[in-house]
Amino acid sequence: MNQAADLPLWAALPVAALVLLGAGLALVGSIGLLKLRSFYDRIHAPTLGTTLGIGCVLLASMLFFSVLQTRFVLHEILITAFMVVTTPVTLMLLARAALYRDRQEGSAEVPPVPPAAPPVKE
Amino acid sequence: MRRWLPYPLVALSLLVLWLLLTGSTSPGAFLLGGVLAVAGSGALAALTMPAAHLRRLATIPALLLDILVEIVRSNNAVARIILSPGGTSTRRSGFVRISLDMRSPHGLAALACILTATPGTVWVEYDSSDGTMLLHVLDLIDDEAWVRIVKDRWERRLMDIFE
Repeated sequence: MNQAADLPLWAALPVAALVLLGAGLALVGSIGLLKLRSFYDRIHAPTLGTTLGIGCVLLASMLFFSVLQTRFVLHEILITAFMVVTTPVTLMLLARAALYRDRQEGSAEVPPVPPAAPPVKE
Repeated sequence: MRRWLPYPLVALSLLVLWLLLTGSTSPGAFLLGGVLAVAGSGALAALTMPAAHLRRLATIPALLLDILVEIVRSNNAVARIILSPGGTSTRRSGFVRISLDMRSPHGLAALACILTATPGTVWVEYDSSDGTMLLHVLDLIDDEAWVRIVKDRWERRLMDIFE
């Protein structure tokens, strides 16, 4: 990007650090996806990228464009809000689907349906 | 007022969202955003959501700050677990069943988002018949400690706000 050269040093350093930290966290999350064994363990790994990882990248983006355009650029706040609301829904959906299937198959690794609950309807 | 703006807070958020998206505060953007806000909150009213009564709004900033601190702290913890070469053999992950006192659907949704957004814990299931939830924890050392964390750190404070 050509405009990046116009960025003063005091802003370039934190922007670079934040982008690297965010990308690093996303990388660690991806390594976790590869390395962890069970499905329920793996579901924790991507949250690194979707919380602090994306937070760092968005902060860097806000800083970069705010300094370059000499006005506050705040779109990124919306991305943060949408990430915070949508990511947990996806993860919960995946976890519940896995739990349902494991219970159907009678897996010993997952806790059974609590006795007080009504029978599961199809 | 009630008829045109059934959810004033939602309408206001929609307006702010529109202004942030367009990146301008011109009268045109306000007008279009206003139309969007009224139409959006009207559409929401058609869904007849359970009403939320927010109380003690002053405690929300401290709660958000705590969530942020917790996210940073547990990001660090989970990254360490993933990167540790032989740590996977000693670590134990598992489910914890926690009995909740909170019944407000909005409060439960907020709790589910907080717990799932924090790396290392995932909200798996909620049973509305007896009010228990199932939590999966990546690094489970002490079941009781997690029950205390969920109940004291988050549930009590969310109940102050939502119930």
